[in-house]
Amino acid sequence: MTLKTGFMIRRAALFLLILCAPGLALGQNTSSSGSSPYPAGYHKAAPGPPGGKAIRKYADDTGPEARKNFGAQPVHDNEMFAFFQADRFEYQAREGEDLMLWDVMAWVGGDYNKLYLESEGSWLMDAEEFEEIGVELLYGRSIDTFWDFQLGVRHDFEPDPERSFAAVGLQGLAPYWFEVDATAYVSEDGDVSAGLEAEYDLLITQRLIVQPRLETSLAVQEVEEYGVGQGFNDITLGLRLRYEIRREFAPYIGVSWKRKLGEAADLAEKEGEDTDTTAFVAGIRFWF
Amino acid sequence: MKTPGLTRRSFIKGAGAGLFLAGVPLSWPLPVWAKSLDTGINAIPPQTRYDLTIGYFPIRIDGKKGTSTGINGSVPGPLVRLREGDDVVLNVTNDLHDTAHSSIHWHGILVPFPMDGVPGINFAGIGPGETYQYRYHVRQAGTYWYHSHSRFQEQTGAYGPLVIDPKDGEPFEYDRDFPVVLSDWSFEDPEAIFRHINLEGHYYNYQRRTVGDFFRDADKHGFGNTLADRMAWGKMRMSPVDLADVTAYTYTYLMNGHSPAMNWTAKFAPGETIRLRFINAAATTNFDVRIPGLDMEVVMADGKAVEPVPVHEFRIGVAETYDVLVRPQKNRAFTIFAESLGRSGYTRGTLTPAAGMEAEVPALRPRPVRKLEDIGMAMMSGSSSGQMGANNMQHGHTDNGNRPKPDPDVPGPNGPKPFMPEKNINVAMVVHNPRYRLNEPGLGLGKDDWRVLVYEDLVSAEPHPYKHTVDREMTINITANMERYMFSFDGMKFTEHPGPYLFRHNERLRLFLVNHTMMDHPIHLHGMWMQLENGAEKLPFKHTILTKPGEVLSALITPIEKGDWAFHCHLLYHMEAGMFQVVRVA
Repeated sequence: MTLKTGFMIRRAALFLLILCAPGLALGQNTSSSGSSPYPAGYHKAAPGPPGGKAIRKYADDTGPEARKNFGAQPVHDNEMFAFFQADRFEYQAREGEDLMLWDVMAWVGGDYNKLYLESEGSWLMDAEEFEEIGVELLYGRSIDTFWDFQLGVRHDFEPDPERSFAAVGLQGLAPYWFEVDATAYVSEDGDVSAGLEAEYDLLITQRLIVQPRLETSLAVQEVEEYGVGQGFNDITLGLRLRYEIRREFAPYIGVSWKRKLGEAADLAEKEGEDTDTTAFVAGIRFWF
Repeated sequence: MKTPGLTRRSFIKGAGAGLFLAGVPLSWPLPVWAKSLDTGINAIPPQTRYDLTIGYFPIRIDGKKGTSTGINGSVPGPLVRLREGDDVVLNVTNDLHDTAHSSIHWHGILVPFPMDGVPGINFAGIGPGETYQYRYHVRQAGTYWYHSHSRFQEQTGAYGPLVIDPKDGEPFEYDRDFPVVLSDWSFEDPEAIFRHINLEGHYYNYQRRTVGDFFRDADKHGFGNTLADRMAWGKMRMSPVDLADVTAYTYTYLMNGHSPAMNWTAKFAPGETIRLRFINAAATTNFDVRIPGLDMEVVMADGKAVEPVPVHEFRIGVAETYDVLVRPQKNRAFTIFAESLGRSGYTRGTLTPAAGMEAEVPALRPRPVRKLEDIGMAMMSGSSSGQMGANNMQHGHTDNGNRPKPDPDVPGPNGPKPFMPEKNINVAMVVHNPRYRLNEPGLGLGKDDWRVLVYEDLVSAEPHPYKHTVDREMTINITANMERYMFSFDGMKFTEHPGPYLFRHNERLRLFLVNHTMMDHPIHLHGMWMQLENGAEKLPFKHTILTKPGEVLSALITPIEKGDWAFHCHLLYHMEAGMFQVVRVA
């Protein structure tokens, strides 16, 4: 009977981690009037009363009834939503050691403000240890039709020793439907780096979708301890074929090819590591 | 009154015609007027008092059980039949115990504003367990409908037909009279639907363009043209096949509460004239209606008489009504076929001379694709030159020499006021050269071998009580950002507007509506008529106007009643996302 209750409970339960919700700012009251060029012969019709105080004055003429505050909302256009997505949650079979990889994010918020919690990492199957664990907590604000500005922190629990970063980024939809996520980081030691991810959906059928994916990272300073070199560090190209059983649930298979570049490649070679890796992947993309 | 284990469909299939005629009580929750094989509403007399209760009621569609927010136990609700000139009392009780409020809005009826039924605008809404008494003097006649104006109750069944008998007799003659209420039912919680389309705009769209479509188009139009087309849309981040936010993926389309399988059926005798009162009570679905084998004569639009227009098909936007006369001569059945604009599904009913007869159900036509021309944007090399506002806006300069010049067909000396917002998250697209499109049948129509109604066909056959000289012009822009599921007027969601739109009491106002989005929006103004400026000598009266993408149209309005009135897109989820505003008449 309660159409709403189950849904609310589900929504609430999902985000126990996120304790604070960003306040809603309403901004963006762009007036449509202004210094617009009129065509020749355009004559002004009698204008309505101007905005602001004058509107209230004009409204005063309507008598008390019309100005009554009824205490009900006619529509709810600042609804907050909560969202969790595992964009990649997969097993990678590699030439060297296999691993499990996750790339998940959650947000809570509305049209203008969101609070993001993102995590990316990998678990080495043979060594039975985490290779990487990164967690980001970001505040996101809509700054353009298709773009959100993000500001927050990142903490890497792995590799050892742990590190914290300040993060600033841009996330959105680039022309031609590329999903883009670009973030710059400053570590607690002052090292500056950046990461860029781009994805594109190509529909084979309504449910069978190929997703090319590009990921790259670069750094301003060399940080030998973490195998980070100056300049571009690596590039990862992926191609995943998923089948959307539902929009929310799509198993996929694919390949991922990663190559270390420049100084990072030299560092890897020095350590006796591979500079390029090819992995066959199988996983599930899901959201709720 | 339950028949356990017997679905409506199997009941229909299993029961012979004799059973129906023998008067076996039909057990599913449907009001009398909507029952199959009924002979029409001629026998249902008008009343001056109705008691309506909105509550949770079981519903069965194609054998599947769900919960509706029906009225007096059924979806659609009971027929409210009034008489012009009467003072009526309508007691509405909210039995939805877990809601903030419920309400009934009398769609298209001219009432004093506290009777209009929009919570927060006209009254406080009807709290759980409470009853609100609507009282008004009926001063019009025709086909209308009523529905809840609270959250998503309309989606889950809170709607019904409202028919008003004229005091001086009907303007045309007919033998039988049937309301045909079209709607969209989902077993999904509308809160979940709203969330899905907010998170992923194409969640319900399973008719997107694929790689295969690309190669088929390349074959037909050439590789270069096809690539240029895809690039132009991609650059704007707009989809030409985003025709409906919610589709048959979750909807079952209903005719008088019957799914296509349940097949609502109306009886006639050959040679009779039948009045079909089409009412689009759907939450988000615009329908294209035809009756293969029968000519239709449109005699009323939005409850007001028009000069009869012979057509074979018409598009009925959400919340619009059309009264149509048909005169079947043959002793055969006819299918009333209502396809969704996005072509994801349909509903149908049957006109039949005898029980058990059915006519062929046509196939759905292919899903149409919008053209760049539809939004005032030329194809090919010009496509990236910046006619589209999105590009301009993002770079912050608005004047690239593209002066707006009004389409010569647009009424009035000025045309709409140019819309040039600064950078705006609400506005994904600005159409700088909106066009007059009232002579077009709309996307996906007009290419068949039959006649389709266009807005230009509508010529009023009613007396004209308002003055003719225009006192004032005003422009309202219909704006959206589909990617964020933000819908607005003039680039502002409801809560972002500094105040209401202001109309002066009894002025004659020319209101321009400019659609800067990729979708058709049925725009509804409460409390007063919009007379669509479609070139007719006598302008037709409308309460809801379906605006096409890239279109500018104008309506002449005389605000006859002081107070606050809702003005909104009647696609329920667009309204709830912010495409709503208050019009204050003072």
